[in-house]
Amino acid sequence: MKQKHRTVSRELAKCPTGIKGLDEITSGGLPLGRPTLVTGGAGCGKTVMGMEFLVRGILDYNEPAAFIAFEEGTKELVENFKSLGFDLENMVAQNKLILDHIEINRAEIIETGEFDLEGLFIRLGGIVDSIGAKRVVLDTLETLFSGFGNEFIVRAELQRLFAWLKQKGLTAIITAERGKEGSLTRHGIEEYVSDCVIVLDNRMQEQISTRRLRVLKYRGSSHGSNEYPFLIDEDGISVLPVTSLGLNYSISTERVPTGIAGLDAMFEGKGYFKGSSVLVSGTAGTGKSSMASSFVNGLCHKGTKCLFVAMEESYDQIIRNMRSIGMDLNKCVEKGSLQFYTARPTVFGLEMHLAMMHKLIIKYKPEVVIVDPISSFLTGGMGQDIKSMLTRLIDFCKSRLITTLFTDLTSAANISLERTQEGISSLIDTWILLRDVELNGERNRLINVLKSRGMSHSNQVREFRITSSGIELSDVYIGQGIVLTGSARVQQEARDRVESLTREQEIKSKQRELEGNRKSTQAQITALEAQLAALSDQEKVLQSQETARREAENLAKERLTSSRISKDVQLVSPNKRKRTGAKK
Amino acid sequence: MSKKATLPSPVAKKKKVSKNERVSTDPEIFDLRLYVAGQTPKSLRAFANLKKLCEEHLHGRYRIEVIDLIKNPKLAREDAILAIPTVVRKLPLPLRKIIGDLSDTDRVLVGLQLRSATEIKGAK
Repeated sequence: MKQKHRTVSRELAKCPTGIKGLDEITSGGLPLGRPTLVTGGAGCGKTVMGMEFLVRGILDYNEPAAFIAFEEGTKELVENFKSLGFDLENMVAQNKLILDHIEINRAEIIETGEFDLEGLFIRLGGIVDSIGAKRVVLDTLETLFSGFGNEFIVRAELQRLFAWLKQKGLTAIITAERGKEGSLTRHGIEEYVSDCVIVLDNRMQEQISTRRLRVLKYRGSSHGSNEYPFLIDEDGISVLPVTSLGLNYSISTERVPTGIAGLDAMFEGKGYFKGSSVLVSGTAGTGKSSMASSFVNGLCHKGTKCLFVAMEESYDQIIRNMRSIGMDLNKCVEKGSLQFYTARPTVFGLEMHLAMMHKLIIKYKPEVVIVDPISSFLTGGMGQDIKSMLTRLIDFCKSRLITTLFTDLTSAANISLERTQEGISSLIDTWILLRDVELNGERNRLINVLKSRGMSHSNQVREFRITSSGIELSDVYIGQGIVLTGSARVQQEARDRVESLTREQEIKSKQRELEGNRKSTQAQITALEAQLAALSDQEKVLQSQETARREAENLAKERLTSSRISKDVQLVSPNKRKRTGAKK
Repeated sequence: MSKKATLPSPVAKKKKVSKNERVSTDPEIFDLRLYVAGQTPKSLRAFANLKKLCEEHLHGRYRIEVIDLIKNPKLAREDAILAIPTVVRKLPLPLRKIIGDLSDTDRVLVGLQLRSATEIKGAK
């Protein structure tokens, strides 16, 4: 364990502090075996930083440590750090930690000539050697200046002290009060500790204080040069470096349902991408919170863990309100799949909020994080800070494949809806715009997808209604080249229905009429055909009668002729009779 | 007290220090400790100065104990010794600390409360 960080590479050997974020900024930790100066005004957290450096060293790297306090008594230290969860007494009992209070009472000291601080060295040496300390904190060394009048001697001795620390190979933190007029320390001891200087700062902005940390100098090593916000809470110090997160997280093609069937349909029927950032923006009362709750409700009941960060409503209020639209979020909370974090944005600074969210995310490992609404942060900080904070939150969530959904209140005065006051639109993967449209004395809600990276999505504007059973999407009336919503849409649709009904009936009667016509024509055809048949019958009868008559006539003629011949035969000579017989 | 007195005795002997005399007229005994770290010129000078001064002003009613912190580093904590050399007046109370090589005799006398600060000013 101990050897872990003693790198053999050409780079400067570093001693990891174990403080969240600080090792990232300093790319590995403090210079190993050298003193580091931590300077800042009163209440900046110098002592906490020093103590956490030691405690983390003991717990994480098994390095014994010594804390030399020049200001606070050891009892006070033990008490104070109990609130940070550090059990100093236990560490002392285990011979891992030595707390020593060196008191300098100027009132009982009289200087009479030359002296040195060999006593201090011997004392320090004794402490360090007794447990083999690797890490040392001297808090606050500058008290020596007030304890001894002879500044030249103190300076010379300090120089010797730092050389001694280096020679002993101790990684030390030396704290110092910030001086007036921008000087780093009150007595200029930074000139002796030149390897690494960390500046802490506690600034007030709009009545909210934010602690910041900056690595002013780090000889022989690259380091983040920005000011990084940090906070002290019951888990110690967390430094929150923006740049510690790169744009190199892996992404997922998995989809997360939106919790609203109609909205899913607008995203290829599947929903958002897992691990993407979603923004729901709209003016007041457009249903942003309901939209967010629907998302949560759909997932939590299936057992997906969600974190709901509510900045404007209390937990009870959200539960009550969402129950009215058919969502029982309380059940999810009881089941443990939904975690609420409610706080007014002005309670503490943005950094604290961010850190709280970080911590909750690490603790509960949710798959979905809701922040409702992000616009309320505007009251708690400056615009640029919000952007940086949300960038870090989104990056942090994305790196863990957590889907984030933010709601954003667009003020009515804001002319362009397609723009966020926080300036984060470019960070958002899927942007849903909610709108109110006033028409015919009523307001109706419209929803459309402004953008959705990496998937095809509906370009239609839909109307959505918040009903007692949740959010429902319906198509808007887009016939006849106009868009109608709400009751106007309903009316128009009714009108359309009536029209079509009438048309249908007209067609039916026309059809009936035609059918009748067709039938009567058919009947006529039948009658005519019958007539035709009768006529042809008559004709046949006529013909047969005529034939019969002609036959009869012929027969009669024949008879007549033959009788005449026989008369001739009787009258003519036998010669004539022969001729006639020849003709036959 | 007796235990502490015995501890540095070899040092004390070597440096021929431990004087323990009583003067019947003044029962107040000055119990002084001189903290040093090895035999540096500063320490030797301080011891010489202290002894001379005590002989002059506290003849027979003082006790000097020399503690070498290099030999007994733990004792540095006991009297909260940072500067070397330091003289601690254990008795009479209150506790006083005089640091440095004791070359400024006037200030040492003030420190030991053998003379008030105003007296010095007046003398000068």
